[in-house]
Amino acid sequence: MNRSHEPLVHIAKRDGLVWWKNWIIRLISVVLALIVSALFIYSISKLNPLKVYGAMWNGAFGTSKRAWVTVRDTMLLLCIGIGLAPAFKMRFWNIGAEGQILVGGCATAAVMIYCGNTMPTWLMLVVMFAASCVAGAIWGLVPAVFKAHWNTNETLFTLMMNYIAIQLTNFLVSKWESPPGSNAVGVINLNTQSGWFPAIAGKQYLLNVIIVLVLAVAMYIYLRSSKQGYEIAVVGESENTARYAGISVKKVIIRTMAISGAICGVAGFINVAGAAHTISTEVAGGRGFTAIIVAWLAQFNSFVMILIAALIIFLQKGAIQIASQFNLNDYASNVVTGIILFFILGSEFFINYSVRFRGAKNGKEAGK
Amino acid sequence: MKKILALLMALCMVFALCACGSSNTAPAAEEAPAAEPAAAPAEEPAAEEPAAEEPAEEPAEEPAEAAGPDIKIGLICVHDETIGYDMAHIEGFQTAAAELGLTADNYVIKTNIPEGPECYDACVDLAEAGCQLIITDSFGHATYAQQAAIEYPEVEFISMTGNNAFASGLANLHNMFPHTYESRFVSGVVAGMKLQELIDNGELSDKNYDENGMIKIGYVGAFPYAEVISGYTAFFLGVKYIVGDVIAMDVTFTNSWADAAAEQQAGKALIDDGCVIISQHADSQGMPTTAQAEWEKGTVCYAVGYNVDMLNVSPDACLTSAQNNWSEFYKFAFECILNGEPIPTDYSIGYADNGVMISELGASCAEGTAEKVAEVEAAIADGSLQIFDTANYTVEGEHPTTKLVDIDGDFVGDEGYEAITDGIFYESEIISAPYFDFAIDGITMLN
Repeated sequence: MNRSHEPLVHIAKRDGLVWWKNWIIRLISVVLALIVSALFIYSISKLNPLKVYGAMWNGAFGTSKRAWVTVRDTMLLLCIGIGLAPAFKMRFWNIGAEGQILVGGCATAAVMIYCGNTMPTWLMLVVMFAASCVAGAIWGLVPAVFKAHWNTNETLFTLMMNYIAIQLTNFLVSKWESPPGSNAVGVINLNTQSGWFPAIAGKQYLLNVIIVLVLAVAMYIYLRSSKQGYEIAVVGESENTARYAGISVKKVIIRTMAISGAICGVAGFINVAGAAHTISTEVAGGRGFTAIIVAWLAQFNSFVMILIAALIIFLQKGAIQIASQFNLNDYASNVVTGIILFFILGSEFFINYSVRFRGAKNGKEAGK
Repeated sequence: MKKILALLMALCMVFALCACGSSNTAPAAEEAPAAEPAAAPAEEPAAEEPAAEEPAEEPAEEPAEAAGPDIKIGLICVHDETIGYDMAHIEGFQTAAAELGLTADNYVIKTNIPEGPECYDACVDLAEAGCQLIITDSFGHATYAQQAAIEYPEVEFISMTGNNAFASGLANLHNMFPHTYESRFVSGVVAGMKLQELIDNGELSDKNYDENGMIKIGYVGAFPYAEVISGYTAFFLGVKYIVGDVIAMDVTFTNSWADAAAEQQAGKALIDDGCVIISQHADSQGMPTTAQAEWEKGTVCYAVGYNVDMLNVSPDACLTSAQNNWSEFYKFAFECILNGEPIPTDYSIGYADNGVMISELGASCAEGTAEKVAEVEAAIADGSLQIFDTANYTVEGEHPTTKLVDIDGDFVGDEGYEAITDGIFYESEIISAPYFDFAIDGITMLN
């Protein structure tokens, strides 16, 4: 090797690390992120970063109710991530989760409002589930059909479907608003609680958890072990290969997006019937975009998605808590969230690439 | 490109390492604790972990709590102290707390809680934190406070400006609302005095008169609720009380309680249209700021604010602001809790009990305004001046004779709840939330 031409830093693709080494790198990145955040907190607010982290923990898990709210929100984000996973694995850029959640939520709210108190709770739940699935699936199918038949750009198409869903939601809100002129629906069926998720074993949000975990396991198996899951992977890697192998690409695209949209629609159902009990554009509230990070970071693995979703929600809850407890501006706590996410994303780089300094021996890694 | 990016990232990491290396001397403890929460996100919330964390937190709070009265109160605000409405609430809350010897350990204030399910979560969170009294400050919070009140019957909930307590039938849900229409009337009197001065000095131009020869005034409202209608009607009647039947008012809605940009635009549109004096029932300082800018350009336009003194952003154009004295309400509620007395379902007070006021008069106010204000305030306080006396206004040419109040929340007036007795419309008597929603002659809704 000619030393004089060797660059200072040499970056090489790794062939794949042992799984536990991956996790060590990730752990180190989190620790580093916390140290940098601590410095940031101390430098601008002179607060003890330890106390701030304690408050974050307290904000997310301080009481059993708080812990449940954190779990509930984690599950919602996870549900959307699960919905997005098959689409993204197929390299179909479904930016439309936001809209799919909203139409699912609208369908659920419509059932609650028009059919409230007419049927037993379990039947209500089944009807709402089905309605939200259908609504979400339709919202996913439209761009999929256009993509499959006319090769339209799915990124723009799904994005535009969001705006239609937002306007549709606003229209329905003004139709159902209470009191008139408020632009808000308020709590639906407040006194009868018709269509609300029932508490299971005294736990208000347990049903949310059950539904999402069932979906998570099902999606894991579907993508890993089913023929359809394999087809998704092949189409994602190369459409030509898929065609050569006799896979009907059109069929796979349409079917996968119907599933993706339906699960996102179910997320709307879970949020409206199981948490918010109202309908507004906040039912999606940007989660459809956040969930893209969840799905990608986890590389579409359901169980890793649980961790990522939990981390993001933990950071959000913690940020809210430090904002109120220490009278810090919301933006300060968002900076902390940003630092932590940045380091975690950065760690993926060190997992995929090794960095060698000139003169260093082979196999020695930077960042460790 | 990829390499440069990678290098940057690597540098960032290196910098991070260096940074913590250099500061190693002082916060040596920093690293150890930092590692601890690191495990948190990676793990599912194990039930026993928060319990383990708790003791470390508790001791710090306990001694302080023992010093003050054994009471915990939560306040939920729709915005934070940067918005006049919430600032008035937070200040009123803190004033009342200080007067009763409550310390910061006795209360928790949550800000920026939207009028959505987040409000329910916040209520539950405060109830779980041991609050005996939870107060929400915005109208749209009411339905979520009600949801939480059903779930926590032992906790008292007050929904400020809400209208659902009576209808809900819940013993632990209460509504409070000041007689804001009284202070709006008085702020209208201030505006009327100014208008009279402008008329007398001949400072108005053709632009300021509509096709019927009426002088144009304007109002920026948030939502077309009774609360807002009651307010702008009172303002209108206050102006009319001084200048007589020579005015016409345009009202425009922003569909948000606080949207500075929308309020500025609405204010600008009204001024451009020739409105001489503009008031508002929206929570930011947007409109008076615009009025100040237009005033400086030489336009004849004046503003009457709401919630807080707005002379700081609008020293020349702003005349005064209608204000609620929230501290009286908070004090009343805190005393009820401290003395173990029940809180009434509805509570509403005005000038007679120091519940409302107007802010300091601006430099542009007409001569004699202060005296007139004192006179009108006294008349309102002793009941000799009835703002909504039906003799003072007409609806489609007729003086209204009946108004059934909706008390069960279906937006239809209910039998047996008549607001008008002997020609006088009694506002905020049956329930605390305003229910005056006549579209009286002389006021036009633009949207």
